[in-house]
Amino acid sequence: MSTSPAAISVSGLTHTFEGEHTVAALRDVTLEVPRGAFASLIGRSGCGKSTLLRVLAGLVTPTSGEARIDGKAVGGRLGHAAYMPQQDTLLPWRRAMGNAVLALELQGMPRDECERLARPLLERFGLGEFVRAWPSELSGGMRQRLALARTFLARGPLILDEPFGALDALTRQEMQLWLQEVWSAAPVEERRAVLLVTHDIDEALLLSDVVHVMSDRPGRIVARIEVPLARPRTIADVTTGEFAALKAAVLRALGRGTG
Amino acid sequence: MRLSGQVLRSHGPAIGLLAALVLAWELVVRALEVPVYLVPAPTRIARAAYEVRAVLPAHVRTTLTEALAGLAVAAVSGVALAALMASVPFLRRGLYPLLVLSQNVPLVVIAPLIVIWFGFGILPKVLVVAVVGFFPIAVNTVEGLLAADGGMIDLVRSMGGGRWQVLRLVRLPAALPAFFSGLKISATYAVLGAVIGEWVGASSGLGLFITRAQASFRTDRVFVAVLIIAGISIALFALAELLARVVMPWRYTRASTE
Repeated sequence: MSTSPAAISVSGLTHTFEGEHTVAALRDVTLEVPRGAFASLIGRSGCGKSTLLRVLAGLVTPTSGEARIDGKAVGGRLGHAAYMPQQDTLLPWRRAMGNAVLALELQGMPRDECERLARPLLERFGLGEFVRAWPSELSGGMRQRLALARTFLARGPLILDEPFGALDALTRQEMQLWLQEVWSAAPVEERRAVLLVTHDIDEALLLSDVVHVMSDRPGRIVARIEVPLARPRTIADVTTGEFAALKAAVLRALGRGTG
Repeated sequence: MRLSGQVLRSHGPAIGLLAALVLAWELVVRALEVPVYLVPAPTRIARAAYEVRAVLPAHVRTTLTEALAGLAVAAVSGVALAALMASVPFLRRGLYPLLVLSQNVPLVVIAPLIVIWFGFGILPKVLVVAVVGFFPIAVNTVEGLLAADGGMIDLVRSMGGGRWQVLRLVRLPAALPAFFSGLKISATYAVLGAVIGEWVGASSGLGLFITRAQASFRTDRVFVAVLIIAGISIALFALAELLARVVMPWRYTRASTE
């Protein structure tokens, strides 16, 4: 393998929220997402998955351990990972274009240059006709695509916190296949690394090269499951025996991580 | 036609009720032969308005100028203090009680003091309006700034945005609806503030007009002034509402493309 550092590497990460109630969120978490790889982190609600992403985003400084992005320690530095929070958090007072270019604008890029960069991406995301729309005028799926476009335009590996959690089951499946498509549209060496947090096993298996299974709080990694299914994957893959076997493995790992 | 139908549906009841009240007022005053210096009939008020039509515009202009200038001062200083209080917890804890306390000093006490300090020109009136309008704007805006969505703030921070950018991109726009709620309250009381300022001492304005009318027992003219004050207050309120629509277009588009 190449000697270039992993897109995301986390080692011995432990985090405890101090306060009225001390909560141990993460315990000794170690994982790595190579460049251009799609990884998932799966676990029950409240297991600390989101906290891990917030550490990578630089929003939370961990109690101990280390998180690195592209080989550089995060250590509370902001603006190095493309973070998509659980809610779409579109700014209601900015039109679709204004939301999409937020990260570029914050990097100090002039607005017309931002828009030139963002426009083809928005076209590809099916939002070409809606660049002037307010977020409140968009459907749930479109809002999610816009939030993803905004994330794609930010720097660093994509770290996505349950991006499709708020959507209905059918839209969610559509969006999963769509995400695979836009992610794999780039040539292999230019693909963005992704760390997707989810509690949907099908979603994790359908999209990922590797699924990391997290235990209940305090979260630690209890299994690392490779997904050798060929790409592009289709919804038919979900019903194959191979898929079922992988699903069983994830379920077993989740079971081990309970209690 | 559809628009006028809509206006009629939403404002029809208020207009109808008002017309009935005015009619009843006229009939009662005539039937009981109430002296004009106690309660003038609506027709008598209309005649008084016609009599003073030459002098009124100047008074209205003075009062309106004071109200608008005072509102502007209230808005700028209210937002500035709100931004300060929202970003510095120490100042918030320190200033909030003082702010509430300041609202407990009656206006009729403050107004003469302001006139003593700042003379008889337009400035003291503007300041009285500002003192009245400042509080609702500051308090509403502070709450609005603090109520900004934590997820949006985290998002901007995760993209490398600092304190100022969080304020500009998230907190300030998020506080706009609250600011406009405050502004509408202040706009409603602005004319009142100006009139009280004029009542203490002025050379022009509706407050002066009322004082003179009262001194000569021209109750009908007092009513004329009261009606004009009500009209200006409603107009200022509508102006604040219009401003809100211009500044926050996203609040007034709700049609989903689904």
